[in-house]
Amino acid sequence: MSKQPKIAVRGLWMTFPGKEGQGLDVLEEIELEVRDGEFVCIVGPSGCGKSTLLNIAGGFLQASRGEILVDGKPVHEPDPKRIFIFQENAVFPWLTVEDNIGFGLMGRDAAERRRIVEHYIELVGLTGFGNSFPRQLSGGMKQRVEIARALAAEPDVLFMDEPFGALDYLTRLRTRTELTRIWQQERKTVLFVTHDVDEAVQLADRVVVMGKRPSRIRAIVPVPVPRPRDLDDIACRRLRDEIFRVMGLDHFGQRTEEAAEPELAQEAEDAAAAL
Amino acid sequence: MKADALRSRLEPVLLPLGVAVAFIAIWHFAVRWTGSDIFPTPGQVLTGTAELARQGVLFRYIVASLFRVSTGYVLAVLVGVPLGLLLGWFGRAFHALNPMIQVLRPISPIAWIPLAILWFGVSDMAPVFLIFLASLFPITTSAIAAVQNIQLAYIRAARNFGVRGYKLFEKVIFPAALPQILTGLRLALGVAWLVVVAAEMIAVNSGLGYLIIDARNAGKRYDLVVAGMVLIGLIGLGLDWLVRRLETLDEVRWGLRR
Repeated sequence: MSKQPKIAVRGLWMTFPGKEGQGLDVLEEIELEVRDGEFVCIVGPSGCGKSTLLNIAGGFLQASRGEILVDGKPVHEPDPKRIFIFQENAVFPWLTVEDNIGFGLMGRDAAERRRIVEHYIELVGLTGFGNSFPRQLSGGMKQRVEIARALAAEPDVLFMDEPFGALDYLTRLRTRTELTRIWQQERKTVLFVTHDVDEAVQLADRVVVMGKRPSRIRAIVPVPVPRPRDLDDIACRRLRDEIFRVMGLDHFGQRTEEAAEPELAQEAEDAAAAL
Repeated sequence: MKADALRSRLEPVLLPLGVAVAFIAIWHFAVRWTGSDIFPTPGQVLTGTAELARQGVLFRYIVASLFRVSTGYVLAVLVGVPLGLLLGWFGRAFHALNPMIQVLRPISPIAWIPLAILWFGVSDMAPVFLIFLASLFPITTSAIAAVQNIQLAYIRAARNFGVRGYKLFEKVIFPAALPQILTGLRLALGVAWLVVVAAEMIAVNSGLGYLIIDARNAGKRYDLVVAGMVLIGLIGLGLDWLVRRLETLDEVRWGLRR
């Protein structure tokens, strides 16, 4: 492991300016390294600042202290080398599927652009929908358009902020499996925020567990299970219980002995509510 | 099943048509029963309109009014849309200019008539100027609001793909704001049509507004007064229909009907 990490979070603190000069402390002393081609999920209760961390990494917010390095260079602004995928779906509704996917390729010549767009339409399983407008697609299809648009720009890093949060349960399961397949083909470095522990266990190489605000990293749980993963597999169930335990819950969502500390218990309940 | 389908297709046509027939009938009999010599029946309005058409003034007046409206309106679109996009995007420019706009906006275009005559005389320019003023405010304010309401994720996504400066306006801000801009354009066209008639009553000697005032002053021809009113209404309906056709385009439909 002498190679430099793809993403390095160094001593990151974040405080939002609040009313009457009282800042809202969101992140404390975050340290994290992500290898090239690694898939890392960040889980934690709602409002714990995991999205804030991702927005800083994407270059949309400035940290109060510390920094995030990508390829050893500090992040100051968004860059096409690292594409952010939004929870609220940022597919442009005035463009067709094809034009959306080709949006990041405006500098390329038409033939090359066409070839890349077709490749990614096929990769995400939207063949035949190239000329459709987003309003004619389902939520799951729109999210796949956004993933294809991100990949078409050929970034090294994807930041995904609860990208499946607005999808119904079954679509969510299917899109997760799809994402695993796509990631295995493309091998991008992915930083993926979710509050769904199952989702994290199914997708990630490592799961970063964050606590309640102001949050620190509680634990980093490796998931050494070959893909595609079956969540009913004993290894996955153990890991999920392990993550719940770190969050202070047993697998029925009840408080555990370890979480007797009142603050921890509250946080565990928040996490349970978020699930 | 078939009868139901037929009914649901005919109803939107037959219901308003029925109301129109009933309205004309009531109007006709009301004039008959009150025995008014001055107020015209629908039939007299129709023969009056035919008379205007024979004299060749009907077509000329309609064209004159439409010409003034389109000139002033197009100028307002060319100024108002870019102005609104810029003010919506650049917060400091907005804070600097918005109070000024809010002071000018509530002044009725009719109140500008004396100044319009002072500056442009009794020419086509005076009503064109009034149309321009009247349309400019709804167009500008709707474009400002449209930009301010754009979903942040669209802007962030565009910046993420390296789009900035003029390209950002062309590729994202303008298309994202377009549905709401179009709503403002539709509103402004209605106002423009209202104002041209008022302006023509004072500043010019042609057009539908002029027709109404002239018919009253020269011989109390109320059949022609009402003919002018009906024409204004029908043309207004046509203009609104045209703008609503634009609302079905794929580029804006996403933001208009849910």
